[in-house]
Amino acid sequence: MPDFVSLPDAISATVRDGQTVALEGFTHLIPFSAGHEIIRQGRRGLTLIRMTPDLLYDQMIGAGCARRVVFSWGGNPGVGSLHRFRDAIENGWPHPVEIEEHSHAAMANAWAAGAAGLPFAPFRGYSGTSLPAVNPRIASVVCPFTGEELAAIPAHRPDVSIIHAQRADRDGNILIEGIVGVQKEAALAADVAVVTVEEIVDDLAAPSMNSTVLPGWAIDKIVVAPGGSWPSYTHGYSHRDNAYYKAWDEIARDRDRFRQWLAESVMAGS
Amino acid sequence: MIDYTPTEMMTISASRALSSDDVCFVGIGAPSAACNLARLTHAPDITLIYESGTIGTRPDVLPLSIGDGELAATSLTTVAVPEIFRYWLQGGRITVGFLGGAEMDRYGNLNTTVIGPYDSPRVRLPGSGGAPEIASSCGRVFITMRHSTRGMVDKVDFVTSLGFGPTGVERAALGITTQGPVLAITDLCLLEPEPVTNELIVTSLHPGVDRVQVVDATGWDIRFAVDLAETEPPTKLELETLRDLQRRTDEAHKRAVS
Repeated sequence: MPDFVSLPDAISATVRDGQTVALEGFTHLIPFSAGHEIIRQGRRGLTLIRMTPDLLYDQMIGAGCARRVVFSWGGNPGVGSLHRFRDAIENGWPHPVEIEEHSHAAMANAWAAGAAGLPFAPFRGYSGTSLPAVNPRIASVVCPFTGEELAAIPAHRPDVSIIHAQRADRDGNILIEGIVGVQKEAALAADVAVVTVEEIVDDLAAPSMNSTVLPGWAIDKIVVAPGGSWPSYTHGYSHRDNAYYKAWDEIARDRDRFRQWLAESVMAGS
Repeated sequence: MIDYTPTEMMTISASRALSSDDVCFVGIGAPSAACNLARLTHAPDITLIYESGTIGTRPDVLPLSIGDGELAATSLTTVAVPEIFRYWLQGGRITVGFLGGAEMDRYGNLNTTVIGPYDSPRVRLPGSGGAPEIASSCGRVFITMRHSTRGMVDKVDFVTSLGFGPTGVERAALGITTQGPVLAITDLCLLEPEPVTNELIVTSLHPGVDRVQVVDATGWDIRFAVDLAETEPPTKLELETLRDLQRRTDEAHKRAVS
C-alpha cells in the first residue's frame, strides 16, 4: 500500500538533484502542482523526460531545475513556442540544457518497454529522416525472423515518475479516465511512482473492470492535490484552461516577466 | 460571388480531398479544421483519430491541443498513446495523414525541427511529434502549408518527416510502400507529385491567383502541370460551416475555467 502524504513530503522524499524524473500526462492530467513543488524545493541537474514538455517543463527549465530534457514535441500546443525551453537551447539561459530528441512513436515505445521491463523497444520508424544522425540513442535492429530493419530506442527507466489522476480509494488504487496517454506506462517504468489525485474516495467507482486502474501496490506515494493539473485538466473534474495556455506565451516570452511570474505564482505558493 | 480569405480557401480545398471512407490521423491547426469541415459537410462518416488516442472523435469545437477533453468526450473510444502509435498507426490502419511544417521542399520533405544547424539552431522549432511515422505509415499524406518563400524552400535544413526524399527517389529506395505526399494544399494552389520524378508541381490555382504569384512565393523553380486547373471557389455551405465552426471554437477557447 502506498503512503498518503503531503505534496512537500512526497517530493522531498523522492526527488533528488541529478536524478531522472518524468512528470507525464499527454495534454491531460499534467502534474503541475508537483512540478511547482520541485521548483520550490530547488532541485537541480534533473534529466526531465516528457513526450510534450508543455508549459510545465517550460516553467521548470526556466526555473533552473533541468540539465537534460528527453522529449518528442516541444511546443505550446496550438499557440506556438515554449520560450523558456527555446531560450535555454538557443542562448543557454538560465543555464545550458542538453536535449535528447525523439518522435512520439519512439517515446511511446520507450515507455511501453520501460513498463514491460525490457531494455529497448523496436518499432517501424524514422526512415529517411535526419534525427538518427543527431541522436546517438536512436539505433536500429534487424528482425531475427524476417530480416526487416527496425528502429530501436532504449526503454525509459526514470528514478521517479509523477502523474496526476482522477482519484484514489483508501487502499491507494488509482483510477485514470479520458486521455490516458502514457500515465500507466510512466508509473510502471519508474523505480518510484508518485500520483497526485483530485480526491480520495471510499469507493473508486470504476465504470468497468476494463477501466484504467493502477493497483495501490504498484504506487509509492499518493498526494491529494485538487486542481493539481491546472492549467491542464482532469477529465470529469475540470476543463483545459486554453485561455491560460494562450496567456502563457506572453509571460514566458520575456525573462523578467517570467521571473516575476515565478516569484508570485510558484515561490509564494504552497 | 462570396468573399472568402486565402486561408479559408486552403482549409476548404483540404477538406474536399477527404471522403467518408477515410480513416484520418489529424494534426492540430489547419488539418484539424479541414478534417472537421469534411465531417460536417460531405464526409459525415469519416473516422478522425488524434494522436492523443481518441478514435472516431466528433468534436463540436476545434481543439486547441491534440488532447482537449472535447476529443475524448466525443470519441468512439480513447486508447493509450502507445496503442495509438503501435496498433493503429504502425499497424497500417490509417488511410490519410495530415501534416504541416515550417519548411517543405519540392519533394514534400518537411522540417519542423530546426532552422540552421542542429547544434546551434537559428530557430528551434517544436520537433517531430507524431509526424515522422505519420509520414511513413499512413496510406497517403496530405500537406497544408502557407505559401511563402520562407516555408517553400529549395532544401529543408532538417528532414523531420520524409516525403519522397532529398532527390525524389529515396522513399521508394528505402522500401516504404505507402504513397507519401500525394497532395499539398496551400493558400494559393494545389500541388501534386509529377509521375516518375515525384516533384510536386502545381495542378490547380485557387480563383484569382496567377502563376507569377505562385512563382514569387516559392523558393524553388516551381513548375506547372500542362493541364493546369482552377480550384472551385468555396460554396456557401462550406464557408458557412467553416465559419460557424471557427466562431464556436473562438468562443470556447476564450473561456477561462478555474
